[in-house]
Amino acid sequence: MSAASALSKSAPTTVPESSTPAPESVLPAGQHGIKKHSDGRFGYVPVQTRSDRFKSVKVADFETVTGREAVWKHSPVAKFTDLTAGSLDGSRYQIESTPSADVSVEWVPRTDDRIGTAGLPEDRAAANAWGVFDDALAITVSGEEAKEITVTRSGLGTSARGAHTIIEAKPFSQATVILANTGDARLSENVEIILGESANLTVVSLQEWNDSAVHLANHFASIGRDARLKHVVVSLGGSIVRVNPSVRLAGPGSDALLLGLYFADAGQHLEQQVYVFHDAPKSRSRVNYKGALQGQDARTVWIGDVLIGNKAAGTDSYEQNRNLVLSEGTRADSIPNLEIETGDIVGAGHASATGRFDDEQLFYLQSRGISEAEARRLVVRGFLTEVVQQIGSPELEARLQLAIEAELIGTDDK
Amino acid sequence: MSVLEIIDLHVSVETDQGTKQILRGVNLTINEGEIHAIMGPNGSGKSTLAYTIAGHPKYHVESGSILLDGVEVLKMTVDARARAGLFLAMQYPVEIPGVTVTNFLRTAKTAIEGEAPPIRTWIKDVRQAMTSLRMDKAFAERNVNEGFSGGEKKRNEILQLELLKPKFAVLDETDSGLDVDALKIVSEGVNRAKVNTGLGLLLITHYTRILRYIHPDFVHVFVNGRIAEQGGPELADRLEDEGYDRFLVPSNVG
Repeated sequence: MSAASALSKSAPTTVPESSTPAPESVLPAGQHGIKKHSDGRFGYVPVQTRSDRFKSVKVADFETVTGREAVWKHSPVAKFTDLTAGSLDGSRYQIESTPSADVSVEWVPRTDDRIGTAGLPEDRAAANAWGVFDDALAITVSGEEAKEITVTRSGLGTSARGAHTIIEAKPFSQATVILANTGDARLSENVEIILGESANLTVVSLQEWNDSAVHLANHFASIGRDARLKHVVVSLGGSIVRVNPSVRLAGPGSDALLLGLYFADAGQHLEQQVYVFHDAPKSRSRVNYKGALQGQDARTVWIGDVLIGNKAAGTDSYEQNRNLVLSEGTRADSIPNLEIETGDIVGAGHASATGRFDDEQLFYLQSRGISEAEARRLVVRGFLTEVVQQIGSPELEARLQLAIEAELIGTDDK
Repeated sequence: MSVLEIIDLHVSVETDQGTKQILRGVNLTINEGEIHAIMGPNGSGKSTLAYTIAGHPKYHVESGSILLDGVEVLKMTVDARARAGLFLAMQYPVEIPGVTVTNFLRTAKTAIEGEAPPIRTWIKDVRQAMTSLRMDKAFAERNVNEGFSGGEKKRNEILQLELLKPKFAVLDETDSGLDVDALKIVSEGVNRAKVNTGLGLLLITHYTRILRYIHPDFVHVFVNGRIAEQGGPELADRLEDEGYDRFLVPSNVG
């Protein structure tokens, strides 16, 4: 099933009327049914090139969020006005981190040179967070040996917060950094990921928040010459989780693998807006996001923007999103966009598919002796394992398999 | 010896136009090792019988009974029927996203046997069965029925028949949409399964051509939701010559 047909099955969103209605006087009086063309009913012209989108670190530079903006139109904005319009607590918070040689975890002042080098906010919640943080959490990786570190946040509480994180991989360094999120949160944050020449960094952002948590995150990555970033977003727990990774392939030969894994239960909103900017020759990117949806009003959004800039000759890119719908009452939006400014590329492609696990499939599996619960597990595990297996951390992979099983059992009870 | 008995079975389905009676008192007994062909015109209820035996939720049993060695099948869930030894080769097998053939076969075998098959012999069995059915090795790693051609789907059904070793199998129009080469391969698979396990077969078909390769012991003509006539293989030959016309009651036209 194509994404389009999946969308047509789901409940339509209310699209606002054009903000510039035609003056009545220019229309022939009294003619039945005539009115100005609605221009796709949005009433504005979208930004043409993805890299030209408005950026600012000042919250006041952004209009009050209405939910009609391109970046917000799929999000339940009324449920987190505290993060887009309220004042945020920007103080330090409690973290736990596993010790590792050649990785430092420390709080650094706003004046740190690295801040703002990987990217700048493109929405109001991100700018709001940018304005308030007292200190940034800096995770700095050096040393050529492979290592893994987990930084856990579990006590963010229920008041609205803004935060800033820097993850820097020094030239030729190698590491896996896992950002593990549990407990309560109402958080808007920016995460900057900076890869020096030939660095090899894996960043996993793991959202296993409590049921009521709201988390809006923008990750900005800048990848140097011949460096490799593997970026993984895993969203399982939380009420509203929106993690938007934005990656600039800044150096020649740079490489990005962006993976995503999400499982939306009843009432959950899980969103990811992925942006890959090929800004250097011979750069390569792969995007693969997979999600499952089960339960009334389980909602997922995936937007995949790829921009191949005019400096990016000889690039190779492919992005895909797959969704598996396990029950009625869910909605999956999947929107791939590809912009190419140079004709000299090795490859550029995208794919999107949203498929249902339906009663006929269940009957088929059951008719071979497999119980209903096992049939669901089989399908979901098979579907999501492709992404899990690419993470490259055996311990985390095993944990995620268990977490996915738990999601299935949790929804069986409902 | 196992026996499958269908006794005075009445089945209806819900349609937009209300409840529709499809099976109107079917009686049939199949012993282990026997091949029964059910032949009939379109819409006579052949597939309904197949899906009712397997337990598809769409079909509502109004009365009657299906007994497997004296145990009521109608009270069992779909998966319990399979574990009890029933198998349905479907006319239109569905695609299962995210599940490879290998994974599916092993999970099904484990469910039916109650324990995982010994890994070494299992892999050998799967490979051998696939080779016999002229299935490429690459099939094993593809998702079940995803992107399979019609013939590949039917082979995959017979592959399961050979590996899961049921006591009784219902083949629902397994011959439809197969060219003669594929028909021969699939028929060989069915015959092999019968030689190896001695299962009982209920072969549902519209045409007689599959009966050239799978020889029935009994032929039943199915018309308007019940068995109208039964006999030996010679009945199939007669149908080949005469068609179903003589069984069809003239309807009030206009």
